[in-house]
Amino acid sequence: MYVRRTLLASAIAMAFAMPAQADNSDDIAAIRKEIEAMRQNYEARIQALEAQLKQAERHTSQAKADAAEPTAADHATPPAAANSFNPEIGLILTGRYANLKDVPNRHITGFLPLGPAAAGMRRGFTADASELSLAADIDPDFRGQANLVYEDGTGATVEEAYFQTLSLGSGFTLKGGRFRSAIGYMNEQHPHAWDFVDNPLMYQALFGEGYGQDGVQLKWLAPTDLLVELTGELGRGADFPGSDRNKNGAGDATLGLHLGGDVGLSNSWRGGIAYLRTRAENRAFFGLDPAGTALTGDFTGRSRTWLADFIWKWTPNGNPRETNFKFQTEWFQRSESGSLACTRCIASPYASEQSGWYVQSVYQFMPMWRIGYRYDRLDRGTARLDGADIGSTIASLADYSPSRHSLMLDWSPSEFSLVRLQYARDKSMAGLAENQVALQYVYSLGAHGAHKY
Amino acid sequence: MTIWVRLFLMSLAAWPTWVQADVNVFACEPEWGALTQELGGDKVKLFTATSALQDPHRIQARPSLIAKMRQADLVVCTGAELEIGWLPVLLRESGNNRVQPGGPGYFEAARTVNLLERPSRLDRAGGDIHPAGNPHIQGDPRNLLPVADGLAQALGQIDASNAGYYQGRLMDFKRRWQGALQKWSQRAARLRGVAVVMQHRDPYLPAWLGVHAVAELEPLPGVEPSAAHLATVLARLKQTPAKMILRPAYFSPRPSEWLAERAGIPVVELPFSVGGSPAAKDLFGLYDDTLDRMLEASK
Repeated sequence: MYVRRTLLASAIAMAFAMPAQADNSDDIAAIRKEIEAMRQNYEARIQALEAQLKQAERHTSQAKADAAEPTAADHATPPAAANSFNPEIGLILTGRYANLKDVPNRHITGFLPLGPAAAGMRRGFTADASELSLAADIDPDFRGQANLVYEDGTGATVEEAYFQTLSLGSGFTLKGGRFRSAIGYMNEQHPHAWDFVDNPLMYQALFGEGYGQDGVQLKWLAPTDLLVELTGELGRGADFPGSDRNKNGAGDATLGLHLGGDVGLSNSWRGGIAYLRTRAENRAFFGLDPAGTALTGDFTGRSRTWLADFIWKWTPNGNPRETNFKFQTEWFQRSESGSLACTRCIASPYASEQSGWYVQSVYQFMPMWRIGYRYDRLDRGTARLDGADIGSTIASLADYSPSRHSLMLDWSPSEFSLVRLQYARDKSMAGLAENQVALQYVYSLGAHGAHKY
Repeated sequence: MTIWVRLFLMSLAAWPTWVQADVNVFACEPEWGALTQELGGDKVKLFTATSALQDPHRIQARPSLIAKMRQADLVVCTGAELEIGWLPVLLRESGNNRVQPGGPGYFEAARTVNLLERPSRLDRAGGDIHPAGNPHIQGDPRNLLPVADGLAQALGQIDASNAGYYQGRLMDFKRRWQGALQKWSQRAARLRGVAVVMQHRDPYLPAWLGVHAVAELEPLPGVEPSAAHLATVLARLKQTPAKMILRPAYFSPRPSEWLAERAGIPVVELPFSVGGSPAAKDLFGLYDDTLDRMLEASK
């Protein structure tokens, strides 16, 4: 009301400040009269409005008094304490027992591994990868989150530590710091949220556990009933398939588009496509020569990855409580080109074009119990060193199509606990057909953030 | 010249109508959707995120819900951590600064009423407990009065030009609701002191009707009924018989039917929220039907 009065006054002032334009004094008088009439009119209306407002206020306070009788809120003020603003603290405890063959130099045949040493699930009992997470709203504009993971050998690592905006509005969210890239579907999921003990071969070959960023992410959501989400990231690009390079500017860039929606009451879906471009410099790898002896080498060049994902969930009447079903599939294609050197080969031009996919379904057949099946398949595609197939120089990169069948059964008596049994028939390494059995637990203590779709 | 002045003043007077548009309301549960419709009338565009056949504790943060949250001007939810498993994800993923907690576009019904069963000991060994108290406040229709007050105020705050309209509809709703409460309390007189078994812990319905909850099918809040626990409940019913088993529509009927058969008492499927039964078409129908069903079973 105040604003309107001031505006009115300035309008009137403006009218008087320009008398030269109205050369007829009768005209001026007429305008004055008109404005005076308008002013009176406004004063009257403002008074009426004020009276109405007062009355409404009386009504509300009266209504409040009426309602107090059965159940009005009495918010006991909590005692002030220095720890009142402590962040949400959550701890994930995981551990497993794995029954595996003793395979020296375990690797996925046909794909450049992540590091200079062989890796894979460890045999017997292990209880590493426990995860501590801290999160809180920083102020009305920002939220912060950190995830610390403890693993044997590497010790405690900062898996995520990022801020996220809350108040940009118009569908925009900016994230910065260290975070899991939004490419693909499973990439943002932490291991405790996986539906199987291990992640798909596709992710193992692409990123290891997941692709992390030190950088910024901008996300925009369209104002439509169909979910349309665009994501772009710029980062350091230090994670495999890139490598840490001493440079200014962005080391990698990603772009992603996700669409999603409902079909009727019981079905929902989300699908997307993403692109990652990065570079590697002296990215070390481990391999085997045709005689079966271990060798090391490194790759320098560019790496481009396309990812596509599709998730479909069925929940009868939208209620996942009793039974529900989830179908999930992802596909990738990666091309790398540059130069590759190894212990027994001099640096030569290298180019590869590889792909892979997995498909999995998880069915909750009764409360607390779920059963799941997953099929992994990778295609080495072409990989040429100095124009010839690289398999003749490095046997662990020979043409082969790694595959795996996995079957799991899990039981979760509450949202905070889960025990899982998994059987896998693993043919990810040439000449190996292994039966793997794993038993895993995942417990969640304290604050546990809601999971994404 | 006079025309310009007049036009300028007219445009000043007219400016609030330019920005006038429907208020997009995102209601977490159907009861709050129905209440928003009562108070907002044709000035609100309502989206209700869940149905009475869904367990509001366990909703998947579906893409469609994120897309709707993106467009909301006002979020109307129960609060008291009922939606903790999905609402925070929707809010954070939406990129919508109008509805973030703490702002005028975020309304929690539970903050306007006195919650019952505030736990004295916070430990998940006690099941899925809520630190602020039991969130199923719509079990008692008397709670709708303070919630309606708060909601009308919230609507008036984000859509100030229609504040009077919402207050008017609030007065009308409260008048009709008071009448209905009186009618219900007369009808429910016969239920006072009746012993019942409840599927899921809810202190509000017993507080309203004066029924006496002798046992729950869930051994602990949010924990599935086990065969062993059902056997204990059956044994307890031999000592202290109950008249009926109350089951909200979104729960599986099997445990209650198992018990009903052995204890020889009927199961009453409660609508629990608007849309939970064919007769529970609106808020008035919800409690009419709840009473109808319980009175029928208590004969």
